[in-house]
Amino acid sequence: MTIKTDLTAISRRGALGTLAAGAAAASLPLWARYAHAQSAAPIRLGFQVHRTGIGAAYGRWYGRTVEAAVNLINEGGGINGRPVEIVAEDDGTDPKRGAEVVEKFANQHRVDVVFGPLFSHVVIGSAPRAGELKLPYFVVSEGHHVASGMLNRYTLQPGITDVKSQVISMAPFITETLGKKVTMIFPDYGFGYDHRDNLVPAIEANGGTVLEKIAIPPTETSFTKYFPRIPRDTEVLYHVMVGPAVLTFVKELGEFFGGQGPALFGFIDSLEAVAIDSPGLEFLEGSHFWEGMCRHAQPDQSEHEAFYRAAVGVNDRGASMADPRDVSTYGHMFGCWETLHVIKAGMEAAGYAGPQHRAALIEAVEAMEDMPEGLAHPQGAKRFNGRTHQVFGHQNISRVEGGRLIRVHRTSIEDTLYPDEVDYTQQPF
Amino acid sequence: MLHLGLIAALLAAHFLLPAYHHGNLARVMVLASYALAYNLLFGYTGLLSLGHALFFAAGLYGMGMGVQHLGLGAGAGLMLGIASGAVVSALVAALALRTSGVAFMIVTLMFAQAGFLTILHFGEWTRGDEGFVLAQAGRVLWGMDLSAPGTRYLAALVLFSICLLLSLALVRAPFGRVLVAIRENEERVRMLGYDTQAHRFAAMVASGTMAAVAGAVYGMLFGYVGATFASVQYSILPLLWVLLGGAGTVLGPFIGTLFMFYLIDLSSGLTTAYMLIAGVALVGLTLFAPQGIMGEVRRRFWRGLP
Repeated sequence: MTIKTDLTAISRRGALGTLAAGAAAASLPLWARYAHAQSAAPIRLGFQVHRTGIGAAYGRWYGRTVEAAVNLINEGGGINGRPVEIVAEDDGTDPKRGAEVVEKFANQHRVDVVFGPLFSHVVIGSAPRAGELKLPYFVVSEGHHVASGMLNRYTLQPGITDVKSQVISMAPFITETLGKKVTMIFPDYGFGYDHRDNLVPAIEANGGTVLEKIAIPPTETSFTKYFPRIPRDTEVLYHVMVGPAVLTFVKELGEFFGGQGPALFGFIDSLEAVAIDSPGLEFLEGSHFWEGMCRHAQPDQSEHEAFYRAAVGVNDRGASMADPRDVSTYGHMFGCWETLHVIKAGMEAAGYAGPQHRAALIEAVEAMEDMPEGLAHPQGAKRFNGRTHQVFGHQNISRVEGGRLIRVHRTSIEDTLYPDEVDYTQQPF
Repeated sequence: MLHLGLIAALLAAHFLLPAYHHGNLARVMVLASYALAYNLLFGYTGLLSLGHALFFAAGLYGMGMGVQHLGLGAGAGLMLGIASGAVVSALVAALALRTSGVAFMIVTLMFAQAGFLTILHFGEWTRGDEGFVLAQAGRVLWGMDLSAPGTRYLAALVLFSICLLLSLALVRAPFGRVLVAIRENEERVRMLGYDTQAHRFAAMVASGTMAAVAGAVYGMLFGYVGATFASVQYSILPLLWVLLGGAGTVLGPFIGTLFMFYLIDLSSGLTTAYMLIAGVALVGLTLFAPQGIMGEVRRRFWRGLP
């Protein structure tokens, strides 16, 4: 490897004289700085962020969470005594740009690892490049694509649970508390299929039936025409939508039923970054939501969560302290905070000193198992599965009461487990 | 000579460029092949299509679905991608060419949108906008691993060279001259006894198939197949690249693609409003160099530039 690097260094000198002088010169200081990186140089983490495009609301809050987590880590002495530096690049919530950004992180910014994308198509579009570039890629995406075995050894999801584990742990509550005849409404693409493919068997295993599965194309902006397909004997309407049209979806749902409909069970994705007391959402009173982390501070909120809430600048209703109308993506963004702490723990366990230790970092994270609740894991305890590269944790179900989300159930980690579908540790580095 | 020089320079760049720009250039070459395809129809024949993403995606998905679901090898997958591009472009051409001007733009746009929604509709197999990853094993052609940076770059260069030389040969051949004549004055060409409809059809199929080749190779080299590549954005991009570089010039599409890529790449490092910078640059270029970069070169320095 070192011989190869020397060769390219020599030919780069040639490049300066002849072709693309400007481009090569622009990248040279970065290379040089990297080559001389010693123990005091910062650890550079590439943050692939959805600043623009349909993921922008999530990206904004992921950014704030990352900033808060890095401040905390740096105040505590950084990683292995080295400060942490974030290098952020916007992927436009686009898979092509996502892959380009990964290349930029690897070859121009020379970061140590990349983390942070949420939207599945960006993750799936970027992960092959991360694997080929042998760049650890920590996603905060919630999708089942990591644990399904679609990706590669360099892609891990240690900071947020996946849809499959969320769905299977919700099913018993739905059938026991809300009703046994379920109709589901979901987006007509990968993320929605994760819900469909896992909810149906889980509901049936708990003695219920799924009457109808209504898939809505992601480009849809009006939803009323889909609602007549909901069977009349539906007891529970299970809904999950994402993207800019979620508020329209929920409002039209309310107008359609006028408070007379079946019990509603939704994923908070349908209302992330939207205030639960927005006009037109009154009908949600009494309905239930899955939440990764409870947006509204609960009476038994742990001291670590309270600290986290203050650190990311969010009040007890999950909105920005600076602007109460700016509601956070509280149910997901803790994933960035926890991912950064896992990276820190992994780098310290691996004695990470530079890119030559990337494989050791992956192995160190793969070796992790139980992660106790604490400052590093304010959402709660987690259990990491090194074979599937996926973390498992507690899930929350909240009920809307008087415009507040009140937690009524918290699953155990065991409720969320399912058999392995892949063993990434068998793949070579 | 100039074109062979560009290919030689790109080959030299393979040995000289640092890793990041090396990877970028591989990508730019594949996208420039797409732009070259677009230029055949827009720059030389004068037909403004807003639906080329459909052809790019036909190649991408023809290849990707073949490799993923039919278990084809890389070579057969690419052939399937190219074939599906040819079929789709022939079908669209047969229908869309009944119209012209603004109607042609709208019809091609609608076809592309229908194609995009079809991909989403069959999400079971296409995985919709989430897309799917091509396994490494499906990306080995004649023993060469197309996911390795060196082979990837050279494969992109081969594709780009073929598309560039083919474009050049095509526009210099009598066929290409008729296309240019159609662009300038279709009535007169028809009066001279040429079957303009057949020429336009052939141009559209050639352009669509070349776009499909670019799509199939793009998926093969970068290992990802997803519906965003069929969205309207990817119909507009080749138009921008060609306009920037110079419509109706053989080198224009490459220059335009390269310029736009680095414009976005560099400006996104400065601000989150990088699309604004790109937009201002586009407006500026349109105002001061309406023929595009190479069009301006042709106007000022070298009137014979092909």
